Amino acid sequence: MYAAIGAGLSVIGAGIGIGRIGGSAMDAIARQPEATAKIQTVMIIAAALVEGVALFGVVVSLMGL
Amino acid sequence: MQPILRGGKLRLMLKNNFIKTLVFSILSLIFVCSTQAQDYVEITPKHDENHKTESGDEKYDPIPAIMSHVADAHDWHFFDYNEHSYSMPLPVILWTEKGLVTFMSSAFHHDNLGHHAVEKNGMRFIKFNDRIYQLKDNAPVEYDIEYVTKPLDLSITKNIFAMLMSVALLFFVFLKTANFYKKNGAVAPKGIASFMEALIVFVRDDIARVNIGEKKYMKFMPYLLTIFFFIWFNNMLGLIPWIGGANLTGNIAVTLVLSAFTLVITNINGNKAYWGHIFWMPGAPAPVKILLLPIELVGVLTKPFALMIRLFANITAGHIVVLSLISLIFIFKSIAMSAVAVPFALFISVLELLVAFLQAYVFTLLSALFIGTAVAEHEHH
Repeated sequence: MYAAIGAGLSVIGAGIGIGRIGGSAMDAIARQPEATAKIQTVMIIAAALVEGVALFGVVVSLMGL
Repeated sequence: MQPILRGGKLRLMLKNNFIKTLVFSILSLIFVCSTQAQDYVEITPKHDENHKTESGDEKYDPIPAIMSHVADAHDWHFFDYNEHSYSMPLPVILWTEKGLVTFMSSAFHHDNLGHHAVEKNGMRFIKFNDRIYQLKDNAPVEYDIEYVTKPLDLSITKNIFAMLMSVALLFFVFLKTANFYKKNGAVAPKGIASFMEALIVFVRDDIARVNIGEKKYMKFMPYLLTIFFFIWFNNMLGLIPWIGGANLTGNIAVTLVLSAFTLVITNINGNKAYWGHIFWMPGAPAPVKILLLPIELVGVLTKPFALMIRLFANITAGHIVVLSLISLIFIFKSIAMSAVAVPFALFISVLELLVAFLQAYVFTLLSALFIGTAVAEHEHH
C-alpha cells in the first residue's frame, strides 16, 4: 500500500520533470528547427537524468513491497 | 555441423569456424558439468512459506509468478503442460568446504520449495526460491532454517547461459561484419554489414565524437561499441519469450559490473583538470573549495550508480508491466480479459523495443559524457 503510494509519488515527479523538458524542447525546436538534432540529444540526456531519480523511488518502493 | 541442444529446440547455425569452436567449447563446458546426481530424499521444510491458501476462497496472487519470471533461475523454463514443467536443465556448480560439487539442476525435479534434497559427495542440497542451500549433516527430515547453510554458488544459471548465448551472437555478428570489410575493403556494405555499419557510425559520430572530442574519441570507441551492443542485444533478447526472456540487463549484478567498467575507465583516464575539479575546485573561494570536496567525491560514485539503477529499473519495470498485464487474465479468471490484456501487452512490448534501444543509447551516451568530462582539455584556467 505505502509502496504503491511511494511509487506513484516518484512517478508524479518524473512526469512533471520530463513534461517540462519535452515542452521546452518543443519550443526550442520550433524557434530553431535547424538545431533539432542537438536539442534532441540534450533533451534525452536531461530526461534520462530525471527518470533515473524517479526510478530510484520506484526501486525503493519495490523493495518495500 | 550444427550443435543441437535439447532435441533441436535451440539451433545454432554458424558458418564461421572460429565461432563454431567457441560455441562448441561453451556447450561442451556445460555438458562436462552434467554429472547426474542420484537418489534424492523426500524432506519437508518446517516453515513452508509458499504453502497454498488456507481458506477455500482462492485468490490469485500475481506477485510470485511475476517475480519468478523477472528473477534469475537454475533452469530454463519453457512452459507447463498437464501439471508438468518443461524446462532445460542447467549445470549447478557449488563451492563447499569439501570442494567443488557439480550436478544438473534437473536433479531437483522442478522442486523449488526445499522438498527434494540432492545427495552428492555425502552432502545434501536443497533448492528454495531458486536459491541453493546446503543441509547440515545433522539436519532431521523436518528441518528448520538453522540446519541450512549457503554454499558459494558458481552455477551456470539462466542469466549466465543467456549471457553466453548473447556473447556467441555478438561474436558471430561482429566477426561477420569485420570479415566483410577485411575481404572487400571500404566499399558499400552488403548483408549484415550494411545493418551494423549504420549503428557503428551512429555510436561513433553521435555518441563518441560529440561527447569525448575529436582528438581522443578513438581510444574509447571499442569500449563504447561493446557496451552499446551488449546492452542492446541483451535488452532485445530479454523481450523474446521462451528463447530469450532471461532479463539479463534487468539483473542488478550485471548492470553493476557494466557501470563499474565506466567508473574505472573514467577515473583511470581522468586528467589533471578532472582531478583538480574534484579536489580543489578552481575559481571558488577556499571555504567553498573545502565544502565542495566531499560533494565532488560522492559525485564520482553516484554517476555510475545512477547508470546501474537506470538500466536495471527500466528493463525490470518493462518486464513487470508486460507480466502484470498478462496476469490480469488470471486475476479476473476470464478469457474475455485477454481481449484487453493482450493488445496492451503488445503495445507495451513494442514500446519496450524502443526502450531497449534508448537505454543502450543512454547508457553509452552518459558513459561517453563522463569519459569526456574526465579527458577534456581546459584552455581557460
